[in-house]
Amino acid sequence: MSLINCENVTFTYEGSIVLADLNFCVERGEYLCIVGENGAGKSTLIKGILRLKNPSKGSIFTGDGLKTKQIGYLPQQTIAQRDFPASVYEVVLSGKLNSLGILPFYKRTDKEDVIRQLKLLGIEDLKSRSYRELSGGQQQRVLLARALCASKELLVLDEPVTGLDPIMTGELYDLIKKINKEEKRTIVMVSHDIKGAVMYASHILHLGKTQLFFGKKEDYVQSEIGMRFIGVEEDD
Amino acid sequence: MINTFQQMLSYPFLVNALVVGILVSLCASLLGVSLVLKRYSMIGDGLSHVGFAALAVAYAMNVAPLTVAIPVCVIAAFLLLRMNENSKLKGDAATALLCSGALAVGVMTISLTTGMNTDVCNYMFGSILSMSKFDVQISIGLSIVVLILYVLFYNKIFAVTFDETFAKATGTHSDFYNMLIALLTAVTVVLGMRMMGALLISSLIIFPALSAMRICKHFRSVIICAAILSVVCFVVGIYFSYMHSTPTGASIVIADIIMFLLFAMVEKIKER
Repeated sequence: MSLINCENVTFTYEGSIVLADLNFCVERGEYLCIVGENGAGKSTLIKGILRLKNPSKGSIFTGDGLKTKQIGYLPQQTIAQRDFPASVYEVVLSGKLNSLGILPFYKRTDKEDVIRQLKLLGIEDLKSRSYRELSGGQQQRVLLARALCASKELLVLDEPVTGLDPIMTGELYDLIKKINKEEKRTIVMVSHDIKGAVMYASHILHLGKTQLFFGKKEDYVQSEIGMRFIGVEEDD
Repeated sequence: MINTFQQMLSYPFLVNALVVGILVSLCASLLGVSLVLKRYSMIGDGLSHVGFAALAVAYAMNVAPLTVAIPVCVIAAFLLLRMNENSKLKGDAATALLCSGALAVGVMTISLTTGMNTDVCNYMFGSILSMSKFDVQISIGLSIVVLILYVLFYNKIFAVTFDETFAKATGTHSDFYNMLIALLTAVTVVLGMRMMGALLISSLIIFPALSAMRICKHFRSVIICAAILSVVCFVVGIYFSYMHSTPTGASIVIADIIMFLLFAMVEKIKER
């Protein structure tokens, strides 16, 4: 069974349809990139996968032993967060909250896991730095570490490279690829950056109020819609 | 100075005020950090005005003030959060509405029953003389409950304060913890209001958190620093108020302001 299975899913917002007739699935180990223009319904779909918003029709299953609260999520940053007084360690540790249950305090294994993820992302030396003093790229890595702490299988990344310069963007993409390959985590990523998406992803889901394309990256590059969308970006 | 303190402690009403004040200051500063960071600073203000109305009604009906004010404020906190989340009234507008609306109800009740007198002034600007023995007991009990709940839920409150969406996505009931924060705030506001006054209580919530954030960079150190600052400012304020017979609430707030300015200055110097 697939990790995520979307069947005839439609989302409405205050009565009007924002995203209709989605049919796709995500298998273990895949790297799916969701692309589309502003207002195409990308964020809505992410909310649906995370169970923050229920579809008005159809259903999204999670299978293969994946529980919804074990999805590691990298949200878009809010303004309030940028100057939040918290240490990197405190932020990453909060990713272990779902293993806490009704217990009030974290266990030693939770803390060890935090150190492991910090090492994996190469930010162990930032451990006791303040989150608000980090650069945008470093902050994204911290939030990625938190997402890794929360997840067993699946990572959902919402526009992870927004606001990063090209070098940091490349580094972050490499890191995500490494997590996909070496840590065997399944990745679902929303992106504006079509080139980055096509370069790294294994599958593409193109949205525009409905599902315009779903399939392997190689097929997307050959398809009419794929060529048009990638072409438009290159003209910019 | 030690002599003066010994002299102060010989008055039972001052001992009560000190014990209750220190506990309430602790509660207020802990909750204040979350409220300021979540951009909910105005909630304390809104709740204190509701508390004022509740006190006025309780006074008119001749019942123990806290037994009316606490449930009313808890309900108001609940409503405020609801309005923040899903209504056409935006958060700040809802708070402003509640503030002036409740104040009007309070003033109306007073003028129809007892008329404006020193009691009313005490509600507005606070007085340490206004607490009965029952009030003291209930204040001590409730503030200890608030402190214990805060420590037990510390990790969850941090997660919900830092990133509500993430917490929700990984299966934490963010709404429940938001409600818990609002509820604890409501209780704290009512308990502190008698001493600080309805118009001044929200500074007890906001100032220590803001001052601590000037200098501290970790969440835990902000919390600890805010708690210490809050208690220090309270004791300094009450000492000054005793020495120079100034209003207690206002003296404490002035101490908070001075502390904030000091911390802001240190921050500026550090940045250079």
